[in-house]
Amino acid sequence: MDKKLAIQLKNISKTFGKVKANSNVSLDLYEGEILSLLGENGSGKTSLMNVLAGIYTPDSGSILLNGEKITITSPKDAFSYRIGMIHQHFKLVDVFTATENVVVGLDNEDYKGFRRAAVQSEYEKFERIKAEGKEPTEDDVNNYKRLLKSTRGYNLKESAIRIKRICDKFGFVLDPNKRVCDMSVSEKQTLEIVKTLYRGVDILILDEPTAVLTPQEIDKLFDVLRNMREAGKSIIIITHKLNEVMEISDRITVLRKGELVGSVNKTETSIDELTEMMVGKKTELNIERSLPNGTQSLLEVKDLCVKNIVGTDILKNISFNLKEGEILGIAGISGNGQKELLEAIAGVDRISSGEVIYHRQKKDKPVSFYHKSLKEIKKLATEGAFHNKNNKRVSFEGKSNKEIKEMVNNGEVFFNDNETMSLKGKNPREIRELGIHLAFVPEDRLGMGLVGNMDINENMMLRSYRKGKGPFLNFKKPKDTAETIIHELEVATPSATTQVKKLSGGNVQKVLVGREIAYAPSVFMVAYPVRGLDINSSYTIYNLLNKQKEKGVGIIYVGEDLDVLLALADRILVLCNGEVSGIVDARKIDKRQLGALMLGNSL
Amino acid sequence: MFVTLLKEALRLTPIFLFGSTGETLTEKSGHLNLGTPGILCMGVAGGMVGISIYDLIFGGFPTNFGGALALFLIVVFMAMLFGALSGLLFSFFCVSLRCNQNVMGLAYTTFGIGFYGLVFNSFESQGKGIFYFNEFCYTINTLFMKDAEATNAFEKLFLANGGLWYMSFIIAIVVAIILKRTRVGLNIRAVGENAGSADAAGINVSKYRYLTTIIGSAISALGGLYYFVEINIGLLEFGKIDTYGWLAVALVIFTLWKTDLGVLGAFLFAFLFKLPEIYGLPSAEFNMLFLYLPYFITILVLLATSIFDRKAGQAPGNLGITYFREER
Repeated sequence: MDKKLAIQLKNISKTFGKVKANSNVSLDLYEGEILSLLGENGSGKTSLMNVLAGIYTPDSGSILLNGEKITITSPKDAFSYRIGMIHQHFKLVDVFTATENVVVGLDNEDYKGFRRAAVQSEYEKFERIKAEGKEPTEDDVNNYKRLLKSTRGYNLKESAIRIKRICDKFGFVLDPNKRVCDMSVSEKQTLEIVKTLYRGVDILILDEPTAVLTPQEIDKLFDVLRNMREAGKSIIIITHKLNEVMEISDRITVLRKGELVGSVNKTETSIDELTEMMVGKKTELNIERSLPNGTQSLLEVKDLCVKNIVGTDILKNISFNLKEGEILGIAGISGNGQKELLEAIAGVDRISSGEVIYHRQKKDKPVSFYHKSLKEIKKLATEGAFHNKNNKRVSFEGKSNKEIKEMVNNGEVFFNDNETMSLKGKNPREIRELGIHLAFVPEDRLGMGLVGNMDINENMMLRSYRKGKGPFLNFKKPKDTAETIIHELEVATPSATTQVKKLSGGNVQKVLVGREIAYAPSVFMVAYPVRGLDINSSYTIYNLLNKQKEKGVGIIYVGEDLDVLLALADRILVLCNGEVSGIVDARKIDKRQLGALMLGNSL
Repeated sequence: MFVTLLKEALRLTPIFLFGSTGETLTEKSGHLNLGTPGILCMGVAGGMVGISIYDLIFGGFPTNFGGALALFLIVVFMAMLFGALSGLLFSFFCVSLRCNQNVMGLAYTTFGIGFYGLVFNSFESQGKGIFYFNEFCYTINTLFMKDAEATNAFEKLFLANGGLWYMSFIIAIVVAIILKRTRVGLNIRAVGENAGSADAAGINVSKYRYLTTIIGSAISALGGLYYFVEINIGLLEFGKIDTYGWLAVALVIFTLWKTDLGVLGAFLFAFLFKLPEIYGLPSAEFNMLFLYLPYFITILVLLATSIFDRKAGQAPGNLGITYFREER
């Protein structure tokens, strides 16, 4: 097979702050092939392609076109080398029509070139028709006349005609006069592809093109891509869906943690091999894992469904339970519903159907006014829900409100049983006050939970500002908490009054996770707590979680690293396309089996 | 009486029109430049400097048409230069240094108001006070004016005006056409709506933002110059020009970021502004209430657009947001 090289990337490295997005990655792309760029989230696929598309400038390494070194410093450069990229989040202007979106950013020279090419192709078309001994249609003639007449570089009508031609050639359906904000997701994607074709790209990069499409739309997209391959264009698809990789691609390049694992031909590989390349060989981690010490169920999730704004299911019939003193790991390829699951439990996302039931561990524990009003306590007392020190039933009959308050405040009243309550319909604050805490570390770290411009003390206060008497804030307690966290978690900071955004990523995460733990949760949900952390900081966080576990806290841990999940969790729930594809014992399963579950296959 | 009102309203219109045309152009590229009142003041300062430059070169008042034209051109050039420098400063801070646009704009307003007072005082201390500027401004003002010969209402309204008056309308229409019908306009709008998309489409976002802000500020500055030269004829009333500046900013919103609509909007604002003055309203309180009307109708328009058309009539999508390509 002696195909011509379309483009070569050599030893590309790119770092963001301390995070290495790519280190020494090389990649070859041949003409007329579809190459899949495979890897888990955070493996540097998008960064690498952004380098090729001129969005990022690489720290080192080179790009070779026809054996010559080229530099791409802007998307415009990329276009001039006939490279186009379709980003995962479409780069379209909402209020513009399709045509306007296609022509925006082109300069006069581009227009002249396009016009010449258009006239040429029209002319050839007439010649072809004549050779067949037929007459051209009136429409064709009119178009041709209009083309010849138009001298202006900027002519939207003419561009619309050209767009129609491209659509006909590759089999797209697109209305050039439709505004982007009125388009469906798949129409927007079509528009993005047409936009690059209009500029005459030979190399097309698609970043997770199927993530937002229905199966039918995916089939259509793949047909189009095959058409483009027939036309000699080279295509790179960024994806982590293995079945699609096997369906569409000719070759596959795998990245892991910013490094190149290898390139293989599709015909010479299997899903199993690719999985192993993606997730890597098993590495031993020494995380001390104790056996779960409780048996009581804390959280029960039954047939939970969540829909997104458009109305499609993100979570479908999720059922599981969480016991006290255990770590339930959640595995799955990013974007399969992990975030939504946590947010649904925490009350941020709306639950469309199903139940989340919380068993508050209150048996033999004193009643307080913290969660219950006097009225509620009185009502529960008449139902016989309380007992006193001598295990006798408590009745408030014949007692004044003052006396009742005194009894409760003195801790003389105890619950008979655990409380069972539904979390559905409660707002995030109510849920948090029940002791269900969520610490989510998003990709940008400061996006959720912490306010970058505020200092550590003030960020502690975000959780406690409702407490304290009167309109004044209680500064004492948050300050103490901040000091404790800084001391115990060894947060590297000049002082507790340092702005959080000035801390390094790992320290920000310690503050975030530390704060949630400091307010004594009973259920603790944590997502990607070690994202971007070095080994030592990661272990600090693992140890923290294990300490909480020993205290009887139920922990839900969403993580990317399968090795960590296997070493840390007691059970692992695997999500795939918003459904539970398995709940397994973390001590009895291996990485490969987990990988299979993540792809939706059964064991 | 009504013709007088129309005449007065038309005379006031260009201040708002210059201000809003420049600001619209700036905002279309995504820059929320709240420094417009300050830039109007800079226009006044530029005008004063321009006059004294003419005086330095030619020594005295222009005696013939050629001299008057030279004076006019120098003054316009200096006002636009002052405006352009303001825009350059704003762009440098908000594009190159990625500062907050609101803070920068407001700071510049404060600066501009102080600066033109400073310039005026320094001229006054050299003996070049109100009367000095008045003479020059009168010459500029009557350069294209046929006031004396005006006989009917039409001539009074539309022919008896200074050169800047005509410029304001021409510039507003030209900017509207550029924004709506040219490739450059399309690119400007794309930058303002979604800088990331524009960048991916190959547009140099920084270049576009710099240029629109500089040109827009130069246009806005002419509003101040117009006020100084053609309305007050060399007289300075402190505290008034920045009021007009804020109204120009409100006008941008009122006209839904369209400078051709700005012609009508500016006239409406001027009309409402002059109505109580010409007809005389029963009380000072009522007068105050009336002056509030332009702001009030702007709020109404905002309400209406947010209810009826969510996308088209709205502010540019990335208005006020600084863009950095490699942001993660």
